[in-house]
Amino acid sequence: MNLENIYTKINEAFNKKNVSRRSALDGVAKLGFGALTAAIPLAIASNLTGKAFAKGTGLGNTSSATIIEILNFALTLEYLESKFYQQGLLAAGLIPGGDRTVFNQISLHESAHVIGLIGAVQALGGTPVAQPTFDFTANGAFLDVFTNYNTFLTLSQAFEDTGVRAYKGQAGGLISNDAILTVALQIHSVEARHACEVRRIRGEKGWISGTNSGGAPASIYVREDNYIQGGVDVRTITTVGATPITEAFDETLTMAEVNAIADPFIV
Amino acid sequence: MQGCKEDSVNPIAGSVDVGSGDIGVLNYAYALEQLEAAFYIKVASAFYGGATAAEISILTDIRDHEVTHRDFFKAAIGTAAIPSLEVNFSSIDFTNRASVLNTAKAFEDLGVSAYNGAGYLLQSATYLELAGKIVSVEARHAAAIRDLLNPRSADFAGNDVVNAAGLDVQRLPSAVLAIAKTYLTTTVTANSLP
Repeated sequence: MNLENIYTKINEAFNKKNVSRRSALDGVAKLGFGALTAAIPLAIASNLTGKAFAKGTGLGNTSSATIIEILNFALTLEYLESKFYQQGLLAAGLIPGGDRTVFNQISLHESAHVIGLIGAVQALGGTPVAQPTFDFTANGAFLDVFTNYNTFLTLSQAFEDTGVRAYKGQAGGLISNDAILTVALQIHSVEARHACEVRRIRGEKGWISGTNSGGAPASIYVREDNYIQGGVDVRTITTVGATPITEAFDETLTMAEVNAIADPFIV
Repeated sequence: MQGCKEDSVNPIAGSVDVGSGDIGVLNYAYALEQLEAAFYIKVASAFYGGATAAEISILTDIRDHEVTHRDFFKAAIGTAAIPSLEVNFSSIDFTNRASVLNTAKAFEDLGVSAYNGAGYLLQSATYLELAGKIVSVEARHAAAIRDLLNPRSADFAGNDVVNAAGLDVQRLPSAVLAIAKTYLTTTVTANSLP
């Protein structure tokens, strides 16, 4: 995968859409940037200076450039998720009272991820990507996303499972920077907790069985029926059945695959 | 694998070190997966009284996933794999729902923190990706167990494990093994890992 080419394409796509710097700042302000900025980026920045720089992956080298690209890619997904939950929580009558605690918690995490990633990009000397304008109806495909709870839940599952696979797919690209990799892993498992909870609210299993999409876009679940891990056909080395084997491993998505999934939701 | 066959039949009660480098990290993961698999095998062999269909389904799925992880690591590590470990579940009341589910929660959260905290130790991107494929499933387990204990609360990703920056717990191998030793008769060390 050529990250630079893909990232150039993402930038071009964003530029075509005339995403302004101001819209990103507006979005960040709405997330409570003022209150959180003092504490959270510091928490991540202290990790940065403690390990990454010590390992010699500081500013200016190729590795940092790639890492900034990956972080901006993650930031775009976190913008999407945080905006989605903010709108959902504001939509009167959408989320039943009994489930609001769950979505409040998810929303808090996604907003914190946005702020943390902005801080991480800045700490590496990069420019955080601007927040895109989102259309959660995906140009009419999900018209009732904020009036029909089932539609909202389906998209929530879609975004969380995509997030899990997206972070996982970029882990290798972060391997040179211990602190950033660890932070990414710490976000990754939180997205997986979210995904499980939303899936179970929907009456689905908390884990992904084969390529069962549960009504979410099928492109999110490609290769989830994989049995070959690290060159081992897992079916041949365990007595566990084929379906639970596929559940036992979440698969990766490439940056290009994730962008194709997210693109319909970006104006 | 053949070299370890005898060991796997007769778990050792003494001491084992996971080794160094990527193999050390994989053996460390293998040790934790052995612990989890043994726990859920015992849970699913005789469910606590009053277990609901949903609980039985979830715990059975998790058992299958953990056994898969255990068997996968054993095969992937091959002849360098540590032997089968002897577990000590004397502190767990397998007839009691709260005891089983709280232990499951502790194991899953510990597993998540272990993978999160050991990922950076891996030199191989392939192994890192494999660890990533497993840790998110452990996180799904943790959320499901936590939701069984406290349904539709914030606990599935509670503030006791996810901090204000939205980051899950991460622990170094030494910290993880200090917690895990309560449940292991075999002394497992990671003397070449932090």
